[in-house]
Amino acid sequence: MSFQEKQLPADASVGDKALNWIDARFPLSSTWKAHLSEYYAPKNFNFLYVFGSLALLVLVIQIVTGIFLVMHYKPDANLAFASVEYIMRDVPWGWLVRYMHSTGASAFFIVVYIHMLRGLLYGSYRKPRELVWLFGVGIFLCLMAEAFFGYLLPWGQMSYWGAQVIVNLFGAIPFIGPDLSLWIRGDYVVSDATLNRFFAFHVIAIPLVLIGLVVAHIVALHEVGSSNPDGIEIKNTVDDKGIPLDGIPFHPYYSVHDIFIVTIFLLIFTAVVFFAPEMGGYFLEYNNFIPANPLKTPPHIAPVWYFTPFYSILRATTSDFVYWLEAGVVAYVALIILRTRLASKCKIAAAIIGLLVIVGMYLLDAKFWGVVLMGVSVMIMFGLPWLDSSPVKSIRYRPGWHKYIYLVFGIAFIVLGYLGVQPPTPTGTAIAQFCTFLYFGFFLLMPWWSAMGTFKPVPDRVVFHPH
Amino acid sequence: MSNEKQVDSGRRGLLVATCAAGGVAGLATTGVLVSTFQPSERAKAAGAPVEVDIAGMAPGEQRTVEWRGKPVWIVKRTPEQVAALKTHDGELADPESQRTQFSTTPEYAMNEWRSRHKDILVLVGICPHLGCSPSSKFQAGPQPSLPDDWQGGFLCPCHGSTFDLAGRVYKNKPSPDNLQVPPYMFEGDTKLVIGKDEKGEAKA
Repeated sequence: MSFQEKQLPADASVGDKALNWIDARFPLSSTWKAHLSEYYAPKNFNFLYVFGSLALLVLVIQIVTGIFLVMHYKPDANLAFASVEYIMRDVPWGWLVRYMHSTGASAFFIVVYIHMLRGLLYGSYRKPRELVWLFGVGIFLCLMAEAFFGYLLPWGQMSYWGAQVIVNLFGAIPFIGPDLSLWIRGDYVVSDATLNRFFAFHVIAIPLVLIGLVVAHIVALHEVGSSNPDGIEIKNTVDDKGIPLDGIPFHPYYSVHDIFIVTIFLLIFTAVVFFAPEMGGYFLEYNNFIPANPLKTPPHIAPVWYFTPFYSILRATTSDFVYWLEAGVVAYVALIILRTRLASKCKIAAAIIGLLVIVGMYLLDAKFWGVVLMGVSVMIMFGLPWLDSSPVKSIRYRPGWHKYIYLVFGIAFIVLGYLGVQPPTPTGTAIAQFCTFLYFGFFLLMPWWSAMGTFKPVPDRVVFHPH
Repeated sequence: MSNEKQVDSGRRGLLVATCAAGGVAGLATTGVLVSTFQPSERAKAAGAPVEVDIAGMAPGEQRTVEWRGKPVWIVKRTPEQVAALKTHDGELADPESQRTQFSTTPEYAMNEWRSRHKDILVLVGICPHLGCSPSSKFQAGPQPSLPDDWQGGFLCPCHGSTFDLAGRVYKNKPSPDNLQVPPYMFEGDTKLVIGKDEKGEAKA
């Protein structure tokens, strides 16, 4: 078919002609319509639905401030610490750019944790939005990698020893572990070689993947349409033009709404940047104002707050705790065999895997299992769409006692996070071990508890009170 | 579009050969990129043995020297500290240093005090758990983060592993292994060489 441009009337404005010229060559208007002005989002979104937009805003803040920081930062073990101090003291407004970037890191995790909580409460990960969720967990992993690699760059004591600990996690893998951590570091200890490669990952490799995943996350979402606090598919009730009756165009309705919330967010964000950029040692740790010293570990090292729930699980896995884990594995395999209708092949597989894990727990160190548990605690989120078997999506129509399960899970997560910033104590470890069971129990037992109880009837149309 | 069903086997063969050659080139390039992550020749060369003069070290004194970028401690233990080593074997995870997962204790240190000379202790100051450098807690008796019957030793600040004054780890701690005794030897009475013994230099 030959190229055809839409014919505009002779008196069309220059702007219309220009747009027409572009639209014949690039899907500009159609993309704008598909993703903004004719993307119909449910009209009953509540406050929690703004955090996706906010996450995008923080991503932009991080990329823009990051670009300007790279212009002054030096990825060299001898120069890195001083170059960050140079940014803070000598570069005009450098302190502001750096504090925006460091506060942005914590803000990113606050926003993303709330965004994930929203998904958890309203079943946003349920069919047909499994891929939206999987891309989202991928984004979360990228953020964790981004935060970890970025934390080494200031080359302070906490940067150095944090990286040392995390890289050595890989050393716990049987047989290949020590060589693997040597390969990651590129030296016998964390050194200039490590700093340079972490810099490359932080400023280009991970951001590329991250942006790709963000695009995939949004494209997948817009393909199936947004869910809502009622967990009702608005596409099931459409008017004669095929437009959902309970949908409103994202632009201008939600774009204006989100911009309003953005102003509130920026108010809080700038208040932190100007008045509490260190946030009492939680956003920027005190020990990181001391240059890295490979010969001396600071007296108390802890990761930044957003990693601590997972870090607590790592620390809770002592050799005594492995016995409890073995008991847990036995109980779980028994549950699968006795209380599911899976094919017998699956049950045999579960029994064999359970047996291998238990044998592994006898043969391999608790250290290795701590690393495994920490990894699984993050990876298990990938399984959520298939673990949840409740007949309704939203917590609004679940049995009342389900709310307490979410509450207990939330408390366990926060307690783990709190214990992770504290120095290890026997009582703290015991509590962390208990919370580790609660954390994994929430996910692993979900196929059972999420289907139990009396569910409320889900209405056909969303619940919406005009205001 | 009538020729769709006819496969030209000569062209198909060329297609397979092109894919195979491209695949090999891709794998080889990946191999090169992966290899760049290994320690460079300069990093390997920096791993030479270190000489330390320990003349004039007082009993109870500790010195830290750098070997391969890691801290190596030299501690001159007091006779009381050496005597105390025998008393708590039951509380240790591996009192005889039998495990070899993290490091193999050199033969000359396979004894109760884990050293060539009873008083001079040489250890790599890196916790076998996750690589932090433990702090010296030589003072015996109750104190924060330590048991009340503490006899002096090392405490890892990161995850709370405790070690006695021979670098042996206590039971049920995050660290599964004792601290590493590096290869070392004396040249004369007061000169210590770290990273080298009669068998030659330490491997990477």
